[in-house]
Amino acid sequence: MSPRHDTAAPPEKEGGAAPADRIPSSTPAEADVRRRARLSRRWQRDMRWSPYAFVSPFFLLFLAFGLFPLIYTGWASLHAVELTAPTDMDWVGLRNYTRIFDDDFFWNAAKNTLTIGIISTVPQLMMAMGLAHILNYKLRGSTFYRVAMLAPYATSIAAASLVFVLLFGRDYGMINWALNAVGFDNIDWQNDKWPSQIAVSSIIIWRWTGYNALIYLAAMQAIPQDLYESAALDGASRWKQFLHVTLPSLRPTILFTVVVSTIGASQVFGEPLLFDANKGASGGAQHQFQTLGLYLYEQGWVNQHLGRASAIAWTMFLILIVIGIVNYVISRRLRASS
Amino acid sequence: MTTTLTPPTDPVKEPPKRTRRPKSARAGGQLHGGPIAYAVLVLFTIGSLFPLVWTAIAASRDNNRLAQTPPPFWFGSGLFDKLELAWKDANLGEAMLNTTIVAGISAVTVVVLSTIAGFAFAKLRFKGRNAMMLIIIGTMMIPPQLSVIPLYMMVAKLDWSDQLQAVIFPSLVSAFGVFFMRQYLIQALPNELIEAARVDGASSWRVIWHVVFPAARPAMAVLGMLVFVQTWNDFLWPFLVLTQMGNPTVQVAVAGLGRGFTPDQSLIMAGALLGTLPLLLVFAIFGKQIVGGIMQGAVKG
Repeated sequence: MSPRHDTAAPPEKEGGAAPADRIPSSTPAEADVRRRARLSRRWQRDMRWSPYAFVSPFFLLFLAFGLFPLIYTGWASLHAVELTAPTDMDWVGLRNYTRIFDDDFFWNAAKNTLTIGIISTVPQLMMAMGLAHILNYKLRGSTFYRVAMLAPYATSIAAASLVFVLLFGRDYGMINWALNAVGFDNIDWQNDKWPSQIAVSSIIIWRWTGYNALIYLAAMQAIPQDLYESAALDGASRWKQFLHVTLPSLRPTILFTVVVSTIGASQVFGEPLLFDANKGASGGAQHQFQTLGLYLYEQGWVNQHLGRASAIAWTMFLILIVIGIVNYVISRRLRASS
Repeated sequence: MTTTLTPPTDPVKEPPKRTRRPKSARAGGQLHGGPIAYAVLVLFTIGSLFPLVWTAIAASRDNNRLAQTPPPFWFGSGLFDKLELAWKDANLGEAMLNTTIVAGISAVTVVVLSTIAGFAFAKLRFKGRNAMMLIIIGTMMIPPQLSVIPLYMMVAKLDWSDQLQAVIFPSLVSAFGVFFMRQYLIQALPNELIEAARVDGASSWRVIWHVVFPAARPAMAVLGMLVFVQTWNDFLWPFLVLTQMGNPTVQVAVAGLGRGFTPDQSLIMAGALLGTLPLLLVFAIFGKQIVGGIMQGAVKG
């Protein structure tokens, strides 16, 4: 066996042949290295730039339909622009602003926006909190209640406002009928100041309470149970648990809903427009429920002063920024104190 | 490359495990609701649904009956006649087609763009990521009134008044959508899945197609419905650029029914009902998912 081996294969020859064999195989290896380098360069490019490619459609559209309009509105607010020729702009400086600040209807609209905002937001969020607390119990058919409460959210401003106009009718409306039944007089929901603001607010409350309740509910379900358990062991009643466990844990969510509702309330437009019996932009015969949004529309599209309307829009924006800053400061304070 | 990646199960369903805790410590979600809880819920449900039901009742009655006390509490016989009349009078067929086109295009676009951008913000590292996310959250605070005037000028310049694209283009951006998808993908898409696909040599676009989209499907469906509802119900901007004469959306058409000197109340109610019905149907069918989506998108910050 072994002698055959010895004669058959001279090891040196084989060894000498080996490099010769390797030469042709080394070119694919180099090509492979080059291919890998190319791939890895492409890979690096991909890793580096594709995130920007992924976010750029949003930012391009945002530039065109968010940022540009924001700045352009500010620019237009310094010009006299008419609705009929929106591209002709004459520089007037701050005159648009002084004009609207001198206008009693502006301050009236600002006050109405504030009061309607409060009347609609405060009860809405409080009811939503109560509803969320109840929905957080173990209940039969809880999905049904949640969906039913969200149904108003599916209803448009237009449809909801038109229905509420009928429900709040002075002579034949259902709400006055119910008030009569329990011994009250008819209320003129469209022409008296406070009743009309309450009526407009009720449309907003109706549409958004269920939505906010769901948001609170989601936050409540994220509260760790051991917090309640230790509170219960300390002898806290359910009401105390709600006050000292639930509410503090919900603080960020509450702030979030307050901010969102505030923004929503500053923009109220469709409800007062459609609630008006005359379908005008004045918010009732005495401007009793004209909001800033409606005032902007009246200045821009009824009186055709787009420049003045821009000034109103920017004023609203500045107010919102102030509110945002105040909110931020409050939330920092709250966080620091807790 | 076609690694079949099963999307992770919907995280909405995870949280409440209700049975384990000691009874003494039960609070909130663990307690069974008593009669008062049910009474309050039933009251609120009635309050939520009554205006909708009453819209149908009012649409089924004639105006003489609506101008009497007490107001009608039950259906009359004229519902279908009025619905037909409102359908024709407000040109609701065309309006619904318009609104479906607008809401459909913006829902699909917003969902796709938001998923892609949300993925980048949730899972990729790149310079300026946090600053960009802050800008996006900040844009949610810009009131739509601010953009209305320049948009109106743009539309006037482009000669797009009464054209549907005037409504479609501004509704293609949704800061909320990006935020929503980011929040979802952070928790619903495990990094291992992306890494596995990377190891297989997948490019970023392939990762999006084969990993992100399947994983995000439940959230995409919810976001799509939310955007659809929002666009369907949008009023301010369509009201400004679309007139009733050319290409109205449903909301503009319905609002138009309320104008005029002697408005026909039951006709208005019929129009309001028709404008709301499609969305109520969507809610009746997908209500559970939409509720889950709202609850999820709103909080997990």
